[in-house]
Amino acid sequence: MIDMHDIFNLIILILVLNVFLCIYRALMGPRAWDRVIAINVIGTKTIVIVILIGILYDSLYFVDVALVYALFNFILTVALSKYIEFGTL
Amino acid sequence: MELIDFIVTALLFGGTFFFTTATLGLLRFPDLFTRLHATGKGDTLGVGLILTGLVIYLGLSPITLKIIIIMTFILLTSPVGTHCICRAVYNQGIKPWKRR
Amino acid sequence: MVLNIPKNSNFFITYIVMFIFWILLSWEFSLSNILFGLVGSFLVAYSTRNLFIKERIAISPQKFIRKSYLSILYIFYLTYQIIMANLDVAYRVLHPKMPIDTRVIKFNTKLESDLAKTCFANSITLTPGTITIDVKKDIFYVHALTSEAAESLLEGSMERKLIEIFQE
Repeated sequence: MIDMHDIFNLIILILVLNVFLCIYRALMGPRAWDRVIAINVIGTKTIVIVILIGILYDSLYFVDVALVYALFNFILTVALSKYIEFGTL
Repeated sequence: MELIDFIVTALLFGGTFFFTTATLGLLRFPDLFTRLHATGKGDTLGVGLILTGLVIYLGLSPITLKIIIIMTFILLTSPVGTHCICRAVYNQGIKPWKRR
Repeated sequence: MVLNIPKNSNFFITYIVMFIFWILLSWEFSLSNILFGLVGSFLVAYSTRNLFIKERIAISPQKFIRKSYLSILYIFYLTYQIIMANLDVAYRVLHPKMPIDTRVIKFNTKLESDLAKTCFANSITLTPGTITIDVKKDIFYVHALTSEAAESLLEGSMERKLIEIFQE
């Protein structure tokens, strides 16, 4: 019999592998903006991983962490693209 | 396995599939604009499917409400972030990649 | 210190929305928590009252119901488009030869308000094979992955739906 928690563990495993593939692009990306979108994608995956871990550990507070992480991820992307476009923040 | 568990599993694996295609697109596509095609769309639907699955799994509670808020926020801001970085790079004078 | 609260009720609407949001996020009904929420949402609402609500329009109830109905239909249409877009991108990523043929197109839009243009730009980013690069006044710059995607955007069924929702 398959438990739902096993499936959550499997999903977390696949997402972490995805994050490692994205780190390749973040390290090797030929230009600065390739690194920016790689970091953005890693952030989105991290939000989902944090929520899944919160459900596995049965704790409410992980969802708050994910909410703040989503806000920071968006602000980071906007700030970095403004820096690329105008050269200042 | 009950029906609800089956639906939740299908949604979770669907979301993970689209996340994986976004990652592969980020690795395989030739330049920034085509990479943004993969990541902007793949992330939006991946988050939407996985968090919808979790909302169905948990039922109605305060934690579900927060998950719905996170999902709405990401669905609204993911295209905006894509558009931001895309405009910044295009105004630098970078020409999009073309197949020769 | 004298607070000059504006005559139109932007401030109170913002205040009430911020307080509801505080309650939803904290989900705790002790006295200190509610008092802290009242003070915090007062400060936030006072400093951002002109950002949260920019313009207001008068609208009849019949039109409001019709526009809400059209908006819900549009959300379902957009969900279908997002799923099709992802399947399209997945096909192009997994295909060994990557059948892509990129181009940049620009076109004029008939949408007027900022909200309508934002909705249109976000919808373009989420539909198959196109992302918005820039919006200057009325001109949209769009990067298309294939020529079919560009043609289906220029055909303009999505823009007609948005004109029906936001204008008239």
